[in-house]
Amino acid sequence: METEKSTVEIKKQEAGRGLATERMKTGNVYLPGIDIFEDKDSIHIVADMPGVGEKDVNMTLENDVLTIEGRVAPVEVEGHSPAYTEYGVGDFFRSFVLTEAIDRDRIEATLKDGVLRIVLPRAEAAKPKHIPIRAE
Amino acid sequence: MARIGTVSWNWDPFREMDLLERNWGNLVSGLARPRVAKFPPVNILTSEEDVIVTSEIPGVNPDDIDLTVTGDTLTIKGGRPHPELREGQSWQRRERTGGEFFRTIQLPFDVESGKVQADYSKGVLRITLPRAESEKPRKISVKTA
Repeated sequence: METEKSTVEIKKQEAGRGLATERMKTGNVYLPGIDIFEDKDSIHIVADMPGVGEKDVNMTLENDVLTIEGRVAPVEVEGHSPAYTEYGVGDFFRSFVLTEAIDRDRIEATLKDGVLRIVLPRAEAAKPKHIPIRAE
Repeated sequence: MARIGTVSWNWDPFREMDLLERNWGNLVSGLARPRVAKFPPVNILTSEEDVIVTSEIPGVNPDDIDLTVTGDTLTIKGGRPHPELREGQSWQRRERTGGEFFRTIQLPFDVESGKVQADYSKGVLRITLPRAESEKPRKISVKTA
């Protein structure tokens, strides 16, 4: 059984520096951990964004760049001071360049228990097609 | 640091042993236990009255989280489902972790285990543990004779 006493840094990657656009709000920004998987119909993105509610998430798709952003309210409890800190609290930000045509009208996203799930359906034109070859 | 042949006048064998021990410790722990981020990460906030433990555990069923409190020790146990693929699906990227987790946290003081409250919302677990009455700081007024 292990017991911790000292402060350990947990690697929660900061999104900071590389952002193309600067944010107006100050505070730390983190990269959500993600899983991406695909099937023949769509691309699925799953992102861990603890502390983000349905109303705090913003998703945009512009010129093949999908951006997800989640706002997290800082935990401030009156009369309490931090005694031990392993993770930083801040907003989440991550963007992806989509290399395939997506049917924008059918994109679906759900958020439950701090996990964002996005389904990006492939555009009909981009789906692999079987081309029959006729014998002459 | 090798010091064969040159023993300086202020050579202290005890200091040397201490150094060796420390370096040895680093070496051994470096080999045996690579620094892995602990899951789930926790933050602890305190006041004179209570201690609040928050933890980021996105995507779990609160029923699957087990909390135990004894004295000044809090144990968080649970499992996060492993992401699994259905037929015809394939991975592009995998960063999220799944599986069983278990953490023991030493609190700064004994707590009233019967009055512990916990809630789970938006993937964040928050536990409020009131300080045990016997442990609360007491003001003692000094009387003048």
